[in-house]
Amino acid sequence: MSTPTIEARGLCKSFGPVRANHNISFSVDAGELFCLFGENGAGKSTLSACLTGLYPPNDGDILFKGEPLRMASAADAIRSGIGLVHQHFVLVPDFTVLENIVIGSEKGLIVPYKEAEAKLRQICETYGIEIEPNALVRDLSVGERQWAELLKALYFDADLLILDEPTATLDIENSKKLFRIIDKLKADGVALILISHFLDEVMQADRVAVLRQGELVGIRKTAETTPEELTRMMVGRDVEPKHREHSDVGPARLVLENVTVAGVGQVPDLNDVSFTIHQGEILGIAGVAGNGQNPLMEVIAGVRRPAFGRIILDGVVISDKAARDIKDMGLGHIPDDRFVEGLVPELSIEENLILGDHRGEYARGAFLDFPKMRQRAEQAIKEFQISTPSADIPAGNLSGGNAQRVILAREKRLATKVLLANQPTRGLDIGVIEYIHTRLLEKRAEGVAMLIASSELEDLLSLCDRIGVLFQGRLMGIVKTDQTNLEEIGLLMAGQPLENAA
Amino acid sequence: MSELLSPEILMSIMTAAMGVATIILLAALGELVTERAGIWNMGVEGTMLSGCLIAYLVMASTGSPILAALVAMGAGLAVGLLIGFMTVTLRVDHFVTGLGFNLLASGLTLFWFRSYVGRGKPPSYSTIDKAPIPVLSDIPVIGPILFDQHLLTYIAFFSVPVIAFFLRRTTFGLETRAAGENPQFLEAKGLSVATRQYSALLFGSALTALGGAFLMLTFADQFRPDISGGRGWLAIVAVIAGNWRPVRTMIAVMVFAILDSVAVHAQGVGVDVPYQFFLMLPYVASILLLVMIRSRSGQPAKLGVPYLRH
Repeated sequence: MSTPTIEARGLCKSFGPVRANHNISFSVDAGELFCLFGENGAGKSTLSACLTGLYPPNDGDILFKGEPLRMASAADAIRSGIGLVHQHFVLVPDFTVLENIVIGSEKGLIVPYKEAEAKLRQICETYGIEIEPNALVRDLSVGERQWAELLKALYFDADLLILDEPTATLDIENSKKLFRIIDKLKADGVALILISHFLDEVMQADRVAVLRQGELVGIRKTAETTPEELTRMMVGRDVEPKHREHSDVGPARLVLENVTVAGVGQVPDLNDVSFTIHQGEILGIAGVAGNGQNPLMEVIAGVRRPAFGRIILDGVVISDKAARDIKDMGLGHIPDDRFVEGLVPELSIEENLILGDHRGEYARGAFLDFPKMRQRAEQAIKEFQISTPSADIPAGNLSGGNAQRVILAREKRLATKVLLANQPTRGLDIGVIEYIHTRLLEKRAEGVAMLIASSELEDLLSLCDRIGVLFQGRLMGIVKTDQTNLEEIGLLMAGQPLENAA
Repeated sequence: MSELLSPEILMSIMTAAMGVATIILLAALGELVTERAGIWNMGVEGTMLSGCLIAYLVMASTGSPILAALVAMGAGLAVGLLIGFMTVTLRVDHFVTGLGFNLLASGLTLFWFRSYVGRGKPPSYSTIDKAPIPVLSDIPVIGPILFDQHLLTYIAFFSVPVIAFFLRRTTFGLETRAAGENPQFLEAKGLSVATRQYSALLFGSALTALGGAFLMLTFADQFRPDISGGRGWLAIVAVIAGNWRPVRTMIAVMVFAILDSVAVHAQGVGVDVPYQFFLMLPYVASILLLVMIRSRSGQPAKLGVPYLRH
């Protein structure tokens, strides 16, 4: 038996009283794709940080090619041949791709830009990555930045490559491309560790280690397991597929007529969009992020003005009303960036819960009604299972899932007629997604018209009555969820118009 | 006013401007490197003043200008270390640190100067000689302006392309820029942000102090309180107006230096406008430059943001 490329033996890592990793042992062979699977906070990222020298483990050993690994810093890991592709891009936007890559990789006084560029172009050609080495990272698309991040690791010939949620920002096409590159790396004898919580990715690995609350639940060969088993191992219980009851669709609630929103240049952000959402109906918007989802939500919420067209809520034209008046009519809005538009991170959870209502129900004249706020906060924390030591801590300290629960608690109250949700489950793990789905469906049963934009098709298929696809600001078509399939939606997302739109 | 426009006076203004520019340029280049590493050092004025005093003390005691310049640079290193300890290690707000240091330097240099002089008359010395470049300095008009200057003036202007090359082409220069743009990036590569920021501060402060020493050795024969007279602040403005680029910063420095030189000549020639008006010019120009050149595209993304290691 050959020596594994990397082997962890009884690895432990704690942050104060929090056990992030406890007694973890596994090994990865050269040419193997090994997956670390688990919910957010299960300890996957901590484990990868230990393997790359960012955190020293409290206990246990790491063997790299049979030798004990003693790493003081990430530089040691890079020198040993361990590459990490970060989940959040660690790139300098004002540097070129090439500059981002040569930092720390080239020794010597003068940077050998010419040689480095030749080597980089060679790597790009080998792996079929199209990127201009001299382009500024700032000018790259999100997908291209992911390639730049990957190239950083490919540039020094790593023996072990750790990929932390690499497809989070990639569309379907580029994800496939990434896995083609991974196959090539496997053939070259590179050991790969993939960190993911997407099941269809996980199933492409050779073996899967499931982590839960810092502990290794088990390791399975993908050939000998099922997605259901892995999910059960990850969550620690059975996940019931939700059955959506059919609700009776009421009269028209939200109507958009030929809505156009001007863009920065010649191309409008939103181009002649018309649709109707009825009471108790959920319309989903599929499409790669950046195809007009944000302008659509913002124009309905009154944050932006349409250049053309009308928006009607319960028979009243709202496209000329102020955002505050629209909100007061019963519109809730879950924006896509939780910590920028969804919350004021510096304010407490309690304060965030009543923002927007702070001049109404929670005001006594010019003063805030503290007892009432406290009561509301305690009730919301309980009802929405927000895990926090107190309602007084800044909302910015919350995890993504808990932050989304705070926003949901607030907006759900405000949304008596219409609820807009932009990427409501992005970056959240299965448990929270399931919870958010349940709460959204409750709202639907109350007769609220809902518009949900999501890049997760699973989200839309399990929630929506109808699904529309935005492509470059145009509505390509709307299909009934129970009469469509992934291929049809995929075609629409790729910009192919539909003949028989519902 | 027309007295200032005679050919002889114009020549004299331009020649002197190169000297003034040397002071501000050395400080501005030092500050530019420091800011590219992410440290917004507001203590330039105080650093320059410290350089002035140390150069004065050494020059008055030993009579060696080279020793005076070297010891002044040594003092600059000490200042850089202090500001680095505050901003990099303790992560104190960069502005507060710099402003505090300026007040400290203003008081401390005066205190030290008075203690040194005691009750007697402050010792003075003759300013150092120029080092004309043979042949080139004989060229009419530009010869005396560009090539009949002090050694440090040549060095300061030659430093402009050198620093541009350092930042653009060398590994350490690239890493220095990365420290100012995205320190997490460096740390993820296992490269210390603190090392690069300290290095930039040490280099920048030594260069600024050298500018102070040059002021002391060529423009005055004895120290007086706050002799740097705001030129450190002009260096900071020049970096901003120069959009954090060496050559553009040099151009901004030249604008200030020429106006500064005009002010000096206006006093000497005796124009009928109050000379205080001319003294104001470089500072008015600094405000105008900042208003006119609003592009800050070159500003490092994490300039002035204390970096917390995870």
